[in-house]
Amino acid sequence: MNTSDSEEDSYNERSSLVQCESPTIPSYNQDHDMSLPQETDTKRRRPVSSGLDEPGPVERERASTPDGEEEELTLKYGAKHVIMLFIPVTLCMVVVVATIKSVSFYTEKTSQRLIYTPFEEDPNYVGQRLLYSLLNTMVMISVIVVMTIILVVLYKYRCYKFIHGWLILSSLMLLFWFSFMYLGEVFKTYNVAMDYPTLAMIIWNFGVVGMICIHWKGPLRLQQAYLIVISALMALIFIKYLPEWSAWVILGAISIYDLIAVLCPKGPLRMLVETAQERNEPIFPALIYSSAMVWMVGMADSSNPDSADERLRNEGGALAQEGVESEDDAAQGGRRRCSAEEDLEEDRGVKLGLGDFIFYSVLVGKAAATGGDWNTTLACFVAILIGLCLTLLLLAIFKKALPALPISITFGLVFYFSTDNLVRPFMDSLAAHQYYI
Amino acid sequence: MTLAVFFGCAFIAFGPAFALFVFTIAKDPLRVIILIAGAFFWLLSLLLSSLVWFIAIKASNSQDLTLQRGLLIFGVFFSVLLQEVFRFTYYRLLRKATEGLAAITDDDGSAISVRQMAYVAGLGFGIMSGAFSMINVLSDSLGPGTVGIFGDSQYYFITADMPSSKIFRRVKTNLKSSSLIQKMRALMTLALTLLHTFWGVLFFEGCEKSCWWVIAAVVSLHLLVAGLSLLNPLYEGSLPPVYGITLLMGVWAFFSSGGSLHSLNALCTRRKAEGESS
Repeated sequence: MNTSDSEEDSYNERSSLVQCESPTIPSYNQDHDMSLPQETDTKRRRPVSSGLDEPGPVERERASTPDGEEEELTLKYGAKHVIMLFIPVTLCMVVVVATIKSVSFYTEKTSQRLIYTPFEEDPNYVGQRLLYSLLNTMVMISVIVVMTIILVVLYKYRCYKFIHGWLILSSLMLLFWFSFMYLGEVFKTYNVAMDYPTLAMIIWNFGVVGMICIHWKGPLRLQQAYLIVISALMALIFIKYLPEWSAWVILGAISIYDLIAVLCPKGPLRMLVETAQERNEPIFPALIYSSAMVWMVGMADSSNPDSADERLRNEGGALAQEGVESEDDAAQGGRRRCSAEEDLEEDRGVKLGLGDFIFYSVLVGKAAATGGDWNTTLACFVAILIGLCLTLLLLAIFKKALPALPISITFGLVFYFSTDNLVRPFMDSLAAHQYYI
Repeated sequence: MTLAVFFGCAFIAFGPAFALFVFTIAKDPLRVIILIAGAFFWLLSLLLSSLVWFIAIKASNSQDLTLQRGLLIFGVFFSVLLQEVFRFTYYRLLRKATEGLAAITDDDGSAISVRQMAYVAGLGFGIMSGAFSMINVLSDSLGPGTVGIFGDSQYYFITADMPSSKIFRRVKTNLKSSSLIQKMRALMTLALTLLHTFWGVLFFEGCEKSCWWVIAAVVSLHLLVAGLSLLNPLYEGSLPPVYGITLLMGVWAFFSSGGSLHSLNALCTRRKAEGESS
């Protein structure tokens, strides 16, 4: 199946950045009035922060103040938020691995490929295979780079409607077409008879509720569940249609690209974050998994007709590689944020881009698909979680948007190849003799 | 039958560990992180020891079966030593990070103590070790082509090459003995999980108090348990002693971490008192 461009968007949503819930940066930069409920930190920090009048390098201010408790406080969103991200990442990976292990469709090799990986890998010629996988990777990465730059340009020139339409189209495709395919394959595997009218009802309801939840309003848990499901679906598509070696090289290349795009001053994602922060806008609220968003019904709808500038401050760029959502989304995101602020709710949690979910799941899914060894899958899973933990630790220290892919994918790849080639023979020999270590 | 074997072995091997996780660890995010990091460290130790073993295997004559077996035994003991080294490394890391960990917990939550960290780290080691022993066996018991279809002959492929190890996965054993093997495996896994937990507690305690003999005792007991497993498949020779050691370790860890007969007594009487008052 050659996928259309709208699918490209879906994985352009790949946000490699971990949202730093760094309330300090936007709030102190934009707002001089400390008493206004900014999109701030926890209520703990508010009384503390009100004492400081200077915007700007607040972290340094804080560190220099005599009360060490402020410095302590800035790290305090640690362990709980890590777990708030562990759970959805684990769920996504569990869904992908369970599907891979049970539904054989996603591990069957077909001659169809994505248009982004045009070179076919021939298992007979190793050198040629390596070359083709590198070429595939270059094609894929350049497509992603181009798309990201287009998005940044669109965002800069405020073509919100275009971006929003693009995103709606890609979510439509994921929620309707891919889930239909998925359901069909599951039914085939378990030999369940299903008639088309019932199926149509199910898919229709699933899709419509998903679109509403993701792009408009919905209960937080439901929105999180939908985001996990679409990440899993996307990951399954990648696992099926990316050729073997290309997939691994692409994973490596994506993490390097992520690193560059987010940390380099001229990187597209960094420019995106900074633009969004300047405009006090939320970035792609529908394409980022947020772990703690309080939804308040009946929140001020007056923010709706306002222009983008009026929208509430972003939460600190969980960058996706997409452009910003339309006004609705931003307003919705704004509403959400507003409610969170005014609730005096506790800290708003961390955000992780959907692209991170997708690529983590691709790695674990591929580990599960090739070889059938559960030890490898488990090792990759633990490695990715530890990488995520380290990334969040760095986030707590540096307090700015960081790429979430590099550390986890590196650990995952290292553990995949070493477990598959070194640990597996060892464990097999031990099991044969029934020795225990 | 296979489903029964699957569930039975799964519950035997992972039941207590799962219960410990649910009741003591799941609610505290910091403990979950320490658990997963413990699992990661165990994995690292396994990786390094497999690397060493793999190099040894590749460098040696693959036809000489006695040599291969000898190298495997060397691999076992080396792996045990490396696991203890990594346990020590994890201890040092946790000690260094104690202040940082205190900062990232909730303000009203208590910072974690070294003893709790010892327990969680030990459990992390144990869970990972158990998972690596058991998971493939469990999935094979569920999968198609169940062990035992082909009758009495027993084949064990004792090679190190990857393709052959795929063949090994279709171990054909006696129908009667296959589930026995899995049950024994589950029991051994359970013992090892608990042992790792107790060793974690004792090891950290020994490091804290600089009682090197405690550390030496833990290491040598681990070596002893691994050595006992070398007696397999004579399970009578390996399982009862291992369980005896587990009990001993349990008691020692309990007393070492501050428990006493008095506190046990208090626990029982308080439960009784609560039961009576409610």
